[in-house]
Amino acid sequence: MWDWQYTLSFMPDLMKALITTISATLVGFLLAVVLGLPLVLGRRSNFKPLALLTTGFIEFFRSTPLLAQIYFIFYVFPKYGISFSPFAAGVIALGLHYATYLSEVYRSGIESIPKGQWEAAAALNFSRIRTWVSIIIPQAIPPVVPVMGNYLIGMFKDTPILSAITLVEILQTAKIIGAHSFRYLEPITMVGILFLLLSYISSVGVRKLELRLNQRY
Amino acid sequence: MGVSELIKKLDQSSSRRIQQERRVFPIQPPFDLLPQLLRGAGITIQLTIFSTVVAFIVAFIMGLGRLSKIRLIRWVSTIYVEFFRGTSLLVQLFWAYFVLPLWGINLTAMQAGILILGLSYGAYAAEIVRSSILAIPKSQIEAGVALNMTQGQIMIRIIIPQAVLIMLPPFGNIIIELLKGTALVSLITLSDLMFQGVMIRSTTLRTTETFSMVLLIYFVLALPITFGIRRIEGRLSKGRA
Repeated sequence: MWDWQYTLSFMPDLMKALITTISATLVGFLLAVVLGLPLVLGRRSNFKPLALLTTGFIEFFRSTPLLAQIYFIFYVFPKYGISFSPFAAGVIALGLHYATYLSEVYRSGIESIPKGQWEAAAALNFSRIRTWVSIIIPQAIPPVVPVMGNYLIGMFKDTPILSAITLVEILQTAKIIGAHSFRYLEPITMVGILFLLLSYISSVGVRKLELRLNQRY
Repeated sequence: MGVSELIKKLDQSSSRRIQQERRVFPIQPPFDLLPQLLRGAGITIQLTIFSTVVAFIVAFIMGLGRLSKIRLIRWVSTIYVEFFRGTSLLVQLFWAYFVLPLWGINLTAMQAGILILGLSYGAYAAEIVRSSILAIPKSQIEAGVALNMTQGQIMIRIIIPQAVLIMLPPFGNIIIELLKGTALVSLITLSDLMFQGVMIRSTTLRTTETFSMVLLIYFVLALPITFGIRRIEGRLSKGRA
């Protein structure tokens, strides 16, 4: 049933496609980490319309499918003169989608900071920016790093969806290989095993990170 | 230049402008797309309901399995949970749809969708079941022992009713995640909401309206889940600390 010769013959292609998958994950995650900050600041803003708008944006992005968002960015934007490559569209969609999740993670980190810290900053006459940069963020982010790590793994597992907009990542490659030889068993199984392996290793890494961070606090 | 010529020229330029505007804003009211999209939404709802049922059954079996005293059961359920949480949902769907037939197991797209969505989100929900049961204070079990209850009685009368309360909010999130996950079945040719959207786009090229409607319908479908869970939560926690 299982043909090792055949498996070995397509593994190099699969590994090459894995690089695309991993780079889409990393770029998308970077985008999400950065975009999450303005979202959480907007949501916590004292200016009501901005807070409402950001909350609406976050809720909408969190309750609609990533696939639909990817299609929207890839097919609708070019109609108005902004076209993206499959990679760019996929990374933007992943980044935006996960930015809404990460903003909630940041929020929980910020809200866990005792009020006394804000008061101490006020007592020391710190400016708003200085309060955030040197007191709040350094205490709010490290405890939530493991949660962010879990979202990174989640994002990694979501990248096969980008195959829907013709990005030749690992699943798309497996499909192409399968279509050539009419054998889907080996390529798709190997993709599954690679995902299992990589996400298991990363989740062990996240757990270790969690332990180390807990030691510090 | 005669007046009639001037009028003709003006007319031409204005009609050209209208054409140009049409090209920039080619949006027509998308209500005529609704019947087809709603037919797809019906499939999406069916899929969500059936897979949620499968997911919860799996979640309780595997969640309790991970807490079992028998090592074999614990191992099997741990491997199950790690396997489904460790691989990509879309890869699992492809596997069920393209690879399983090689062993003579021919699933329709609907069956494959319900099965994989249920098994996959069941693995996530199993972790919720497990952590909620672990969150019940030990003294509750001891109280049950003191009252001479059997282990089964302690589980059913004391632990589960309290644990379910803790489970509800995260379960609501899982159902929303599952609803979003159903969009992936369009890639294994099941004609759900997403699939209908893609079909309409490729036949009418009304991209903006179609995909906006699709996003909007998904959002509307998720709303009752969000509010429903919030209400149940409020009702269940009534009269409790």
